[in-house]
Amino acid sequence: MARDGERIVYVARERLLDAMTWLKDTPGQEFNYLVDVTAVEFRDRERPIEVVYFLRSLERRADIRIKVELQPTEELAVDSVWSLWHGADWLEREVYDMFGITFRRHPDLRRILMWETYGEGYPLRKSFPLRGRFSRAEQVRQALNANPEAHYSMEELSIAEAAGDIPEDMRDRLRRGERGVIPEPPAP
Amino acid sequence: MKRVGEVKSSNYLLAKFQDLVDWAVNSSRANSLWPMPFGTACCAIEFMATAASRYDFARFGMERQAFSPRQADVLICAGRLPFKLAPVIRRIYDQMPQPKWVISMGACASTGGVFDNYAMVQGIDTIVPVDVYVPGCPPRPEGLLYGILLLHKKIKGESLFDAVRRREEQPLDDKGLRLAPETIDEISEPFGNSVHQFRSS
Repeated sequence: MARDGERIVYVARERLLDAMTWLKDTPGQEFNYLVDVTAVEFRDRERPIEVVYFLRSLERRADIRIKVELQPTEELAVDSVWSLWHGADWLEREVYDMFGITFRRHPDLRRILMWETYGEGYPLRKSFPLRGRFSRAEQVRQALNANPEAHYSMEELSIAEAAGDIPEDMRDRLRRGERGVIPEPPAP
Repeated sequence: MKRVGEVKSSNYLLAKFQDLVDWAVNSSRANSLWPMPFGTACCAIEFMATAASRYDFARFGMERQAFSPRQADVLICAGRLPFKLAPVIRRIYDQMPQPKWVISMGACASTGGVFDNYAMVQGIDTIVPVDVYVPGCPPRPEGLLYGILLLHKKIKGESLFDAVRRREEQPLDDKGLRLAPETIDEISEPFGNSVHQFRSS
């Protein structure tokens, strides 16, 4: 139990998806709403990094927190819960952007707040200096040389509604996150 | 009989004519400044208050707010500017026709303010040239109006015939920077009671 009276459950990394599926589908649990996904890194470097899931059951009006501990010595990766709650898409992207935790089998895992060519690391990690790793001049140079349109995938821009009509190979290419090429219009 | 001043009379007339042209041009420019609002934070709320009826900067010829940079004269950056928006504001500035002016409204736009961190531009003058800095967090509408009147005064001091006082475009150099890297580092240094921190930590 947490100090605010909420229930916290620690889950092993390998069993996360099983536990989440059970929590979502079992009658009497029915946690059908994923409120937030976030992560915690403690000042004590020995302590593991925690990925925290906030679940809510809208019918039962109950909350629960699921925590997964990741040892900093091993690979920072957990299974994505996108297959259970599609709302996890951007939440997990944000955790990946800020903490560098990889979510396996996430459909589109790339940075969401920082731009995709951001090269300074993961800003909310304790090893990250507050003002960034690069000098201010280098940050300004990289920012000014960035292409603002490149922050968005083609799906997010013009062809989102036409996604079903574009060729399979192009869709694959977009899904892999290759960007910067505007597809030619088809010949009449 | 030669009168005093006759030798310089042609220069004198030319100077008078130039003054007249400058006066006409500058008055026209100063009294019909169309703002391009670039509002990213709470300063934009004060900006809207300045535009609304109680303070009403339309009294100073800013009748039409151009949300299109190609029809704007003065870029008012109201609010903090993250690095992700830096190429955006630079492109907006580049799209504005000359002559153009920039007002940096508020502490964050002018210096980065309290946001001395990895994501924030430490003063938009590292991105675009700034004419008037309006301090405050956020500045009251009176403050912005005072900044606008200062800009009027500055515009009225410009001259088409004087290379020093004439406005010139400041393009980016081959590295894509407006200022030298050392200058950017210098003006982005922490100051005041900002947290002391080493970059290598």
